[in-house]
Amino acid sequence: MTKSFAGVRALKGVDLDILPGEVHCILGQNGAGKSTLIKMLAGVHRPDDGEIAWLGEPVEIHDPQAAIDLGIATMYQELDVVDGLTVAENVFLGHELARGGFSRRSEAAKRTRELLARLGHARLSPHTEVGSLSAANKQIVSMARALSHDIKLIIMDEPSAVLDSEEVKNLFHVVNELTSEGIAVVYITHRLEEIRQIGDRITVLKDGRSMANGLSVAETPTADLIRLMTGRTVENVFPPATPIAADAPTVLDVDGLGLTGAFEDVSFSVRAGEVVGLAGLVGSGRSEILETIYGARRATAGTVSVAGTTLRRGSVVAAVAAGVGLSPEERKSQGLVLDEPIYVNVTLASMARFAKGGFLDERSARSVAREQIEALELRPADPDRAAVTLSGGNQQKILLARWLVHGTRVLLLDEPTRGVDVGARTEIYALIRRLAAEGNAIVVVSSEIEEVLGLADTVLVVADGRILTTVPATEIDEHGVLDLVMKGAAA
Amino acid sequence: MSEQITPGSEVAAEPNPTTSATTVEAPVSPVRRLLSGSAGRNLGLVLALVLIVVVGAITAPDTFTTTSNMLTILRQASIIGVISVGMTFVIIAGGIDLSVGSVMGLASIAATLAVTQDLAENFHWIVMVVFALATGLAAGLINGIVIAYGNVVAFMATLAMLVAARGLAEILAERRTLTIGSRDFINFFNEDFLGVDILIWIFALVAVGGWVLLNRTTFGRRTVAIGGNREASRLAGINVKRHTVWLYALAGLTAGIAAVMILGRTTAGTSTHGQLYELDAIAAVVVGGTLLVGGRGTITGTVLGVLIFATLTNVFVQNNLSSSVQAVAKGVIIIVAVLLQQRFAKQGGRSSS
Repeated sequence: MTKSFAGVRALKGVDLDILPGEVHCILGQNGAGKSTLIKMLAGVHRPDDGEIAWLGEPVEIHDPQAAIDLGIATMYQELDVVDGLTVAENVFLGHELARGGFSRRSEAAKRTRELLARLGHARLSPHTEVGSLSAANKQIVSMARALSHDIKLIIMDEPSAVLDSEEVKNLFHVVNELTSEGIAVVYITHRLEEIRQIGDRITVLKDGRSMANGLSVAETPTADLIRLMTGRTVENVFPPATPIAADAPTVLDVDGLGLTGAFEDVSFSVRAGEVVGLAGLVGSGRSEILETIYGARRATAGTVSVAGTTLRRGSVVAAVAAGVGLSPEERKSQGLVLDEPIYVNVTLASMARFAKGGFLDERSARSVAREQIEALELRPADPDRAAVTLSGGNQQKILLARWLVHGTRVLLLDEPTRGVDVGARTEIYALIRRLAAEGNAIVVVSSEIEEVLGLADTVLVVADGRILTTVPATEIDEHGVLDLVMKGAAA
Repeated sequence: MSEQITPGSEVAAEPNPTTSATTVEAPVSPVRRLLSGSAGRNLGLVLALVLIVVVGAITAPDTFTTTSNMLTILRQASIIGVISVGMTFVIIAGGIDLSVGSVMGLASIAATLAVTQDLAENFHWIVMVVFALATGLAAGLINGIVIAYGNVVAFMATLAMLVAARGLAEILAERRTLTIGSRDFINFFNEDFLGVDILIWIFALVAVGGWVLLNRTTFGRRTVAIGGNREASRLAGINVKRHTVWLYALAGLTAGIAAVMILGRTTAGTSTHGQLYELDAIAAVVVGGTLLVGGRGTITGTVLGVLIFATLTNVFVQNNLSSSVQAVAKGVIIIVAVLLQQRFAKQGGRSSS
């Protein structure tokens, strides 16, 4: 089995070959292209270039059904089970056992029982409603569905993310069970210690490229893997940090902030001109912390104050009024009104200022947008262009322009360079530093540890909803952060 | 990593990060820009309207093209038209209001109850108007508060109001028709101004007011922004909940205005006024090019949608076709309009990426 791709937007050249009966781990940071890769194997996306060979024959996987017909099953991170149906109904979803339109329930139950037994979960009843099951058991149902087809390859996207350590052990047991039957498993994770436990070979992705293909788990030291995962293909240029004035006042003060189920006891403060970076894995609570500071989620504990004034919990309006701005993680779904023109998006947070008595002053809104377009070198330089037509970097500039126009004291930037190409990144880094130099207190969240280290004055390492350490950016390097994070996540 | 994959939006939503920063696009001629925008879609509606008028003129040459018939069409369009303007705002913001017809019935009762009419007699008939508008506004506010702060989906909240408002109207009216005593009220709403009925003037005023509100005010801009991306609007500091309340209040207010108009036309309040008007209004709004998912729509389109249905009805009446045939034709038009809309939406998405 060989698959290779090239030239897809999110992927720029990935080679991957999978042998029967092996556990092939795919390792990479967030945004490395793991998800895109598996979506192509599952028939959700199609490669622009390159080819997929299956059992020696070149194939095209047009849609998810085609993948299943070939014998490729995929278990997504967000489990695709239907809560309202029973275990057996979920297992045979889409290929129900029926005769003359009537479902054969006892046959389905019997075959489900066999599949569950094969997975070492004979105790699960086929008649249980899936909604009442734990995440771990839902995963088993999802796997049973995969096995109900005649599959040769099963792709698991971060299956351990929702499991506790006992359940992970059980999962590994099931994986071994599958491989002993000759089924290949593609196992996606960013937990190195899991790879050590069950992986046979590793492919490392970084920036949409395969950095190493089919490394043997036993013969590759962890240090090498970290280097491959983080080793950059392009050098990002970080502008020098301007020293913070000794008498710079504390602008943002977060005290004992908590959100049940996401994070707890988060305390830190940011001074005017300071950039604080949150480093941690996906799911560590980074974005939730930012969104709670902003009031987009209602904190269950603690306070946020801006320049001495405590913000009302759960109120974005209050935060914005106090001079807090957020550039959200998902630019398209949370940041922009995509069909609306640039100038509308730029003035979205300060619309009232471009209106007299409720009536819009389109001319001043456009001219302010034009100023920002010029200052930030936003392209295309047309305030009437719909935001959807812009590249990621330029869309990010719209969000920064929005807060520049509004005027902020605190800027919360969640993944400011996701989906932004290298050239535009440098510009955005420079812009962030400039905003800091102008006296903003800035909090940056990024999956790219290098970015956090390059931008921030102070780094907070976050894992499992807690701040592990607070260190000056100059006193820690990428490996140090990863070490902390991996240990924190394993604990 | 929870990116949702929807094949349709894929093309437009993911500009190529490596090249588009430097992409130089061919300059779009102003004419093409106009045609591909909302003006272009409205042009299609104008053509459809012209086509119906031509058919009317051919099939009923003596009666259809008279001035008085044209005024009849406008008069018949006016009440649904006013409701449709309010509905346009709600739908652009991504909501729906099923209660407008019932609220209109309730408002017509509130304005014609014995108590109200007594007050009107002692003071001025304007009291009846105020009662109708206040009733509509209050019902709309309740809708908005339940939807925004109770987190009830708009469909269910306004469905509940549809049922409850109708019931309340029946209780208040004791299932009787409440005749209006004030001659002045009836006379006012049946007069002409410059040869055109007051009802048509009211529709025109509401339409122009709606256009200004949607296109020239922060309220309108926020409405479009919320419909286009609710979460982004919220995160930009727009008070989405409060805005939602005002949107439904606006729809309720237009239902109140429509109640006054129907009182003027029928000279009596009954709990059955406005039945199924919500569906006619939604149909007109959607045919007028407003997307049911929100984020895009025009008042001009809505007005054209209303006129298309009114003219069509008139053509059918002139040709002595039954209302059942009209209903079938309406259904077909709605589907064709929505199919065309989806076509446009797809092309729009593609050409913009």
